[in-house]
Amino acid sequence: MDAPLRLISTNPLDQLARTIEALLVVASAPLSAAELAEAAGDDAERVESALGLIGERYREGRSGIVLEHVAGGWAFRASRDAAEACARLFEKPAQRNLSQASLETLAIVAYLGPCSRPDIARIRGVAADSAVANLLERGLIAEAGRDDPSVGGAIKYRTTPLFERIFGLESLSALPRLDDLGADADEIRERLHAVAEKRTA
Amino acid sequence: MIVRELELDLDAFEGPFDLLLTLVLKDELDLRELDVAGIVLAFLERLAEHDQLDLEACGEFLVLISALLELKARGLFPDEAAELAELEPEEAAEELARRLAEYRRMKDAAQWLRDRLDGEGDRFFRLGPAPLAPKVEQPLAPQEPARLAEVLRLLAKEPAQVSLAHMALRFPPVSRFLERFRAVLRHRSRVDFEQEMSGLSRVEQAVAFLALLELRRNGEVAIEQAAPFAPIRISRTDVEREDSWTLRSA
Repeated sequence: MDAPLRLISTNPLDQLARTIEALLVVASAPLSAAELAEAAGDDAERVESALGLIGERYREGRSGIVLEHVAGGWAFRASRDAAEACARLFEKPAQRNLSQASLETLAIVAYLGPCSRPDIARIRGVAADSAVANLLERGLIAEAGRDDPSVGGAIKYRTTPLFERIFGLESLSALPRLDDLGADADEIRERLHAVAEKRTA
Repeated sequence: MIVRELELDLDAFEGPFDLLLTLVLKDELDLRELDVAGIVLAFLERLAEHDQLDLEACGEFLVLISALLELKARGLFPDEAAELAELEPEEAAEELARRLAEYRRMKDAAQWLRDRLDGEGDRFFRLGPAPLAPKVEQPLAPQEPARLAEVLRLLAKEPAQVSLAHMALRFPPVSRFLERFRAVLRHRSRVDFEQEMSGLSRVEQAVAFLALLELRRNGEVAIEQAAPFAPIRISRTDVEREDSWTLRSA
């Protein structure tokens, strides 16, 4: 009995919430609170509050449509319950069959970007050309200027909002901290030093 | 076949191989811009021209091209300049560990992305190009009709005729000077060009010179000049012919 009562509540934000719902339905990419405020002709603070209201209305388990905060903005997506039905009708070309090389390249660009192919090759130890071309084609990375011409002027790359959206990240800062990764690096270091001592001895 | 004299025609360089090597060693040519495969192709083409395999040339070429490749590879990765082999074992271990740790972190990050992708596999959303934004209207400030009319009247005014007289070079007809030379030469068999032309404008002198060349072509006069910029002397070639010409042109 709780739900229908809420829908006819006289919350003063209701009109604004309805406008925002409409904007999000029309949009094909996440909209930031600032963009929503401008389009709705209202102030950002009230938009944030209205988004809270909408988020409550459109949440997992309650609606087939779910509001999510992703890629620096707000967007509607299908609820997870409906994933199977959606999968029968729609493909996900951007993330299908991502190879290990592509994922490592993507990780490097996400953490160190904007960075160039030589930067990526230096870390991975192999050429990154095909992985970079593949990610470009999928729209997960994009060009972001060039290196200083004095060091060759290589094209630099960064990740796109599509990358954040597909991986469900609010922003790049939602990635785990680099310091928390590579836990076995210390172990490798110790083993290497052990070998080095043997050689000097 | 001499490898050092191999002629190359590449995007970044054109000339013999030994000059290329010299430029590279003097740092006057950026190896990153050099297409090493192009050099190999040029060598192979040259090699194919001979029936017998020139082993000595091949050996020399291999040594040179591999040195070039190594230089290029080092240029591409400036950090690698600190060769691990030149380091003390402790330092080498540290450097290796640093590189491995860097890669290790990225490999873990890739694994995190893989897990994330698997976890987010049941998120479906609409993707598409951004719709067109409406055009922003730029309203004009309120206008007074009288003021607008005034401005329009200014624009409608006939522009003043611009005189181009000073731009045109007026050339006198060549025929005038033809007649003049012929008239002068009727009385005198030799004429000095400069003397005859003194007091005329540059354009007139130029046209007079053209007339002179025309007369020379017809064989009516002979022209002599002892040295460049020396006085030009004109003389009648032969009296009979000149007569026939004057008769005809009269």
